[in-house]
Amino acid sequence: MTTGVIEEIPPDPILERREMVQRVARRTFERRMRVSQAMIGLCAVGLLVALVPLFAILYSLISKGVHWWSIDFFTKVPQFPSLIDPNEVGGISNAIIGSLVIDAIAALFAIPIGVVAGLFLAESTSKFANALRTTAEIMTGLPSILLGIFAYQMIVIGFNEWGIKLPGIGFSGLAGSFAIGILMIPIIMKASETALRAVPAPIREAGLALGARRGVVARKVIIPTALPGLVTAVLLAFSRAVGETAPILWVIGASTVVSWNPKKEMASMPLQIFQSATSPYVSLREEAWGIALLLVVIVLVINLGSRLLAAWLQRERR
Amino acid sequence: MVDPMMMVTVSSGVDGQESDPRSGPLSMRFEDVSVTFNGRTAIRDVNFDVPKNKVTSLIGPSGSGKTTLLRAINRLHDLTKGAVVSGSIRLGNTDIYGGEIPATLLRTRVGMVFQRPNPFPTMSIFDNVVSGLRFNGIRKRSVLEEAAESALIGAALWDSVSNRMKAHASTLSGGEQQRLCIARALAVEPEVLLMDEPTSSLDPISMRLIEELVGELKSRVTIVIVTHNMQQAARVSDLCAFFLMGADRAGEQIEVAPTRKLFSDPDDPRTLDYIQGRFG
Repeated sequence: MTTGVIEEIPPDPILERREMVQRVARRTFERRMRVSQAMIGLCAVGLLVALVPLFAILYSLISKGVHWWSIDFFTKVPQFPSLIDPNEVGGISNAIIGSLVIDAIAALFAIPIGVVAGLFLAESTSKFANALRTTAEIMTGLPSILLGIFAYQMIVIGFNEWGIKLPGIGFSGLAGSFAIGILMIPIIMKASETALRAVPAPIREAGLALGARRGVVARKVIIPTALPGLVTAVLLAFSRAVGETAPILWVIGASTVVSWNPKKEMASMPLQIFQSATSPYVSLREEAWGIALLLVVIVLVINLGSRLLAAWLQRERR
Repeated sequence: MVDPMMMVTVSSGVDGQESDPRSGPLSMRFEDVSVTFNGRTAIRDVNFDVPKNKVTSLIGPSGSGKTTLLRAINRLHDLTKGAVVSGSIRLGNTDIYGGEIPATLLRTRVGMVFQRPNPFPTMSIFDNVVSGLRFNGIRKRSVLEEAAESALIGAALWDSVSNRMKAHASTLSGGEQQRLCIARALAVEPEVLLMDEPTSSLDPISMRLIEELVGELKSRVTIVIVTHNMQQAARVSDLCAFFLMGADRAGEQIEVAPTRKLFSDPDDPRTLDYIQGRFG
């Protein structure tokens, strides 16, 4: 190669740029890191601000509520405190059983309808599907008390319009289930659609390419693939519905005795909170904290449970 | 640190087929490099040298750890929870896992091109090419424009996009998008360019263009390329490293040799089996 002395190496623009980029990157590195850290700090502050009310609620619920939990609390029915023992308020077994029955019946009809409608939204490209989706979105934003009015009109006093007459069955658990179920359907619909749409198109197409009908592909391929997401969707909608008060406020009849019959008046936990908290007795008002805590614990368990279940379903398929 | 005359010496070796590319200056050295994910070893005990301004290809069947090794070079594994890289990888005088250099600064020195073209979807062609420079604090318009032109020329894209630099990157074809990504990586003038199966999602014509590009770019940047395509490795690389999955499903380095030797007269019988298509 070249053996003579090189007098002048022509500047190489590539090497010069490399030097420049690395120099500037190093020089600005400290500043960029500081900005980065400041931003992370900002995010942390935002998170903290968002968490403060949550923990404040949890703190007051636990500190004021947990001492109400006793055998009586879970097994007795409410009673007005007497002059002899102003702390004797009975329990809320009727409300626990009422909530269980009302929400179970609501879930029983809302889950299949919601999931099937969600499947339709995910699979169909028709105008009707778009209209249905918009309707569902509007319905999730509807004030829930309207559902109470609707249930009152339809189930409690009966429908009597346009020459159609449906007999009302009076104040009942069923009327509450109806309102709660109607509330759950659009939530389940939207969440199931999202879960079902997350199934990759090639998997769907592989089924169709084997000559399967769309219904078969949906049943054998898409729904099983989307199952973890569907479970989460359904349980989150359920946990949301469990805490709703307004839809059942004046349709379930607020029974004060234990009742398993959904065609009769029933009690429910959210309603019991409302009633206790607005009662003239101090001890009953205080007891509302205990019921509220129970409700929060139930919602928390459903939420965590749905996550664990979804994670477990995911693991099963590997 | 960089002697331009060295590059001339090395790249002018027309009859370099006989000589080992590692006899010239080196860019990187792997010493006992292993990568584990949550305790499971993905690749273990890698030991070889990467020659400067040459193309080094990493070949081997799926699961042999090629991509894992490649991603260790620019510390992308830092972002994966449970990933541990042990041993040492030296880039020039820097031990990249020795705590001497932050990952962000390392990555300005080690560029990467991915399997699928991934231009930033909201940016124009120009903004895509200069994004790396901007991320690193370079703002001056004239510098950006100069670098963009140089990088696009380097990526053989200048002629077709120079009159529509403000157009969206998504208006380009797949092959053009991949060359845009190469230009984007080149614009910061990295010392090493990592390519992870850069042609696997492209048509044969685009593939050919990028292979030619790789040959032209090595005077500018040291290239390490992962490929499933053995013909591609034979066509574009000077040095070839062959990996296989071991009994415990961890990738192992089987043989590293000048490409011509590895494909004509490998030392290890497993290499011969693989290149003749008997397994893998």
